[in-house]
This record gives sequence, C-alpha cells and structure tokens, in this order.
Amino acid sequence: MLNYILRRLALIVPTIIGISLCAFFFVRVLPGDPILAMAGQHGVTPERYEILREQFGYNLPIWQQYFNYLGNVLQGNFGISLSTKRPVLTEFLTLFPATIELSLVAMLLAVVIGIPAGIFAAVKRGSWFDQFTMGVALTGYSMPIFWWGLLLIIFFSGYLGWTPVSGRIALTFFLRPITGFMLIDTLLYGNWPAFVSALRHLILPAVVLGTIPLAVIARQTRSAMLEVLGEDYVRTARAKGLSPNRVVNVHALRNAMIPVITTIGLQVGLLLGGAILTETIFSWPGIGKWMIDSISKRDYVVVQSGLLLIALIVMAVNLIVDLLYAVINPRIRVQ
Amino acid sequence: MTDFNATPTPVKVNAGESLREFWHYFSVNRGAVIGLVVFALLVLVAIFAPLLAPHSPDQQYRDAILTPPIWDAMGDPRFLLGTDPVGRDMLSRLIHGARYSLFIGLFVVVGALVVGVVLGVLAGYFGGWVDALIMRVMDIILSFPSLLLALVLVAILGPGLFNAMVAIALVLQPHFARLVRAAVMAEKNREYVTAAKLSGASHMRLMLITILPNCLGPLIVQATLSFSNAILEAAALGFLGMGAQPPTPEWGTMLASAREFILRAPWVVTFPGLAILITVLAINLIGDGLRDALDPKLKRS
Repeated sequence: MLNYILRRLALIVPTIIGISLCAFFFVRVLPGDPILAMAGQHGVTPERYEILREQFGYNLPIWQQYFNYLGNVLQGNFGISLSTKRPVLTEFLTLFPATIELSLVAMLLAVVIGIPAGIFAAVKRGSWFDQFTMGVALTGYSMPIFWWGLLLIIFFSGYLGWTPVSGRIALTFFLRPITGFMLIDTLLYGNWPAFVSALRHLILPAVVLGTIPLAVIARQTRSAMLEVLGEDYVRTARAKGLSPNRVVNVHALRNAMIPVITTIGLQVGLLLGGAILTETIFSWPGIGKWMIDSISKRDYVVVQSGLLLIALIVMAVNLIVDLLYAVINPRIRVQ
Repeated sequence: MTDFNATPTPVKVNAGESLREFWHYFSVNRGAVIGLVVFALLVLVAIFAPLLAPHSPDQQYRDAILTPPIWDAMGDPRFLLGTDPVGRDMLSRLIHGARYSLFIGLFVVVGALVVGVVLGVLAGYFGGWVDALIMRVMDIILSFPSLLLALVLVAILGPGLFNAMVAIALVLQPHFARLVRAAVMAEKNREYVTAAKLSGASHMRLMLITILPNCLGPLIVQATLSFSNAILEAAALGFLGMGAQPPTPEWGTMLASAREFILRAPWVVTFPGLAILITVLAINLIGDGLRDALDPKLKRS
C-alpha cells in the first residue's frame, strides 16, 4: 500500500509543475497590461509605471518571473488582488467555505437520492419505476444547469415566492463567521431564524448543482448493481435461501458500491465547474463567481492563483479517491 | 444452376451483416430510436432553417416587444412562441439556433477526435517517454474543471464562437487521447499486429490501418458523449458572455440576454433552454443506445 501511495505521489509532481506553468503562462498571455489594470481608470504616469513594473518584477525575464512566482507560492504568498488589493489567499479562504458548503449539500442530495433510486431501479429492472427513474436521470444528465436554475427561480421565487433569489443569507442577519459554513455558524450562534434563512438561500442552488451528479450517481449505481446481481456469488446467496433484502443489501450492494464511490469522487471536479454557473445565477459568494468576476475584470493575479488553487484541490481530491479505491479494492494495488 | 464462379466477397457481406447486427441491438433500445428520430429532425431544421423560419432571426418588430406566446391571451398570431426584449421572433431565432448548436457539436467533436486520436495512438503505440509526456499533459488539462479552463482560454483568445469552440475542443480532447491510448496498448501485442509487423508494415500503417479500426467502438460512444457536452459547454460559455456574441441566435447567448426578464417574460428564458435540453437529451439517448449495441459485455443480458 505504501508503495502504491509513493508511486502515485511521484506521478503527481510533474503534473503540479505543469499546472503551475499553465496557470502562470495562460494568464501572462491574457490581453491587457497588469499595471494598467491595477491603476484602474485613473491611469498612471510613465515614471510611476516604470516604478510599479520594477516593484512587481514585471521587468524581469519571463522565466525569472515564473520562478519568483513559484517561490512566493511555496511560501504561501499567492499575490495581491489587483482589484480589491487584498491577498488572494485571504480572499480564497473567505469565499471557499461558501463553495464547499454548497457543493457538500449538493453532493449529499445527489447521494441520498441517487443511490437508493439506482438500487431500486436495478432490483426492479424493466419495471415502470426503472424506466421512469432512468428517464428522469438521463434528462437530469442532459440538463443545461444554468437554465435549470433560472426555471427554478421563475417557479419557486417568482411564482410561489418561497425562496430568495440570491445570496447566502438575508441581509438583516449579521453573523461573524466561525467556520464559514452558514448552516453551522447560525446553529452555533443559536440563531434559529438565521438558520432558516440560510437554508432557504441554499436549497435552490444546491438542487441545481446536485442535478447532474444525482443523475450520474443514479445511473452508475443501477448499472453497477445490475452487473453484480448477475454474479455467481449472488446466485449462490439466493440459492442458500437468504432473503432478497439480505442478498441485495449485504451481498450485492457492498460490491456494487466500489465503482459508485469512484464516480462520486470524479464528480468533484465537475462540481467546481458547475459551481461557476450556479454561483453566477444565484449570486452565491463562492470561488466560482469570484473566478468569473476576476476573469471579466482581468484581475490577473486572482485568475492565476485561483486557477492554481482550484486545480490543486481537484487533483488532491482525485488522489484521495484513488487511494480510497485502492483501500476498498485490493486488486488495484498490485498493478 | 449453382454458379461456382461467383466468388463471394466476404468483406462486404461481413460489413453488411455487422451493420444489421448493430441495428438489431441498437433498435431494441426504444429511447435510442426516439433520440435518433429527434436528432434527424433537428438536422433537417438546421439545414432548412431559412425556409422554415417565419421571420428573419434579426428582424426587430418594435411594435411587438416581449409579446407572449400564441396560447397566452396577449399573444400575437404572427409570433408563435412570442418575441424577445427587442421584438425578434423567438421561433425564428430558435430555428436558426439549431444551426449553431449542431455545428458547434460537429466542429468540437471532429477537432477533439482528430487531436485526441493522434496523441492517443502515439502515446499507446510508442510508449516510453512519448507516452509519459503526452499523458502528463493530458493529466494537467484534466485537473482543471473543463468549464473554467475553457473560460480562461476564451479570455486569452478573445470572446467569440470560434474561439469558444477551439477552447472546448481542447478541453474535451484528453478523454479521446486516454481512451485511444488504452485501446492501442491492449491491441498492440495481439497476434494480428505482430503478423502485420513481420510482413513489413510501417509504423504509420500499423497505427492507423491495423490497430486503430479495432478501437472504434468506445471512440464512437465517446464522440457522441462529447457532442452533447460540447453543445452544453458552448451554451454555458454563451450564457456567461464568453461564447457567441449577441445578436447571434445561439441558444446560450439568447438565455444570457433574457436573464433580466425571467420574472416578467418567462418564455424568453424557457424556450432556448428547452431547445438545448431536447437536443442534448436526443444525443445522449443515441449515445446510450450506441453503448449498449457496441459493448459486447452488455449484449448477453
């Protein structure tokens, strides 16, 4: 196992270097001038421009700028945002919990609904329930989620007036963040109305972000279950006279869950992509909206370090999933 | 009566037979057939868009701004699905939008397929450092969320439909490369490849003519999936203002400019999204059918 982990880590080093190169050079070839962008609409005198160029190291050869950047990043310095003048890492850490909270609730919805739906569909293969569930799942899988979000807003916010349209919590509540997770913070303060407000703000974005993972998980669970239910050991279990429930829950389910867990892990990268759209539609103050705003404001420093941080997170999650997979499924380790 | 001189042409018979067998398995899946029919209709709509559309997609009827669809009491018989905020006919714009979406899908899939297959074959066939280099680059591309990477690429290249298509092709291409690489690695040590090698086939011939055709099944399925992904991502980029630019009647772009009217005029939001959903759903139905028909493991059940 240790051997496997080391091998995986060794593979990751060149990828990390590549990611940092991409993040750095992608952003450096963005049209526009970082110093003019920093100066904003007031402009800057030629003398001051030179001073700033030197101060931020833009006068150095590009490869030297890259190594300076890398050195700073390794010391935890991800640069200062051009538009807010605050450290990028601070901004990231302030906004990241919002995205995590949204993604976790979305994933929870997807798992809690998707796995049972997939199991029932497989057990009742060919039934109307199976056909209906798989029809809904394929529709969810094909959904342009930005449109889905707008539809839900039209119905639940516009027509029924049940849910707010944007933000994380009603502006009447002022809570100093403890964990950054609104649902937990409001409970820690014991502020019940604030909790309800946070929940009402969260539910639509979470449904929108959870739709595609839900569909994928339901489909994957069904096909994994079908495969396992055809195996000899399941037939043996049935022949032994075990109850159908026990066969499904104990013999089939545990083996069917292996590919499903991988699928769940792979959804994390997609979830961050989906968060860009979801957060834009619902004005959710997370890193997805932060990135898209920074791209349109041409805030180089944020785009650069944001790309790097997001890619590193996706990679770390994928690594953890791979390792978990190796823990559950010993056959992987040998290869 | 028997004509002994009629030499049967085995290759042709096989092709016809496997096609028939394929259709047999494909048509078992009712959803797949429905998807195929819907997709064929969409292709026809896209081809004949100028003939089918009742109005020009850019014609602004200033007297009929935000007219609701015909079934609404306020509807106008001239505009079946109503008009948008500047008085353009929704139906005509949707019909022309089909051209964009299908073209985007086609362009992206062909681009991603060609690049991905070339890289995948090279990596799988040569192995060693070629493989390591190509696959690490693919890993890097895949470690960015695809929509985010496409956004940044479009920001570099400049917003617009063509750049959006190039960016999407680039982020979808590693899936093809990985697939082809795995398939090539599985095939390259088979006997028929060794036989071809011994009879003096060149690297080029071995890669493209001997090995590649045997990796086609999964590639076709992946191409279908990418087709629907490309349409979704292009629409998302259009929605975020980085894809096709107004007044292009691209469905995602139409949604973007309709956003502020969602509560006042729900139809300007509903129809473009519905068009995207129907198109993507049809393609995914076909994809499911293809996967079932081409995957020998599922055939036995």
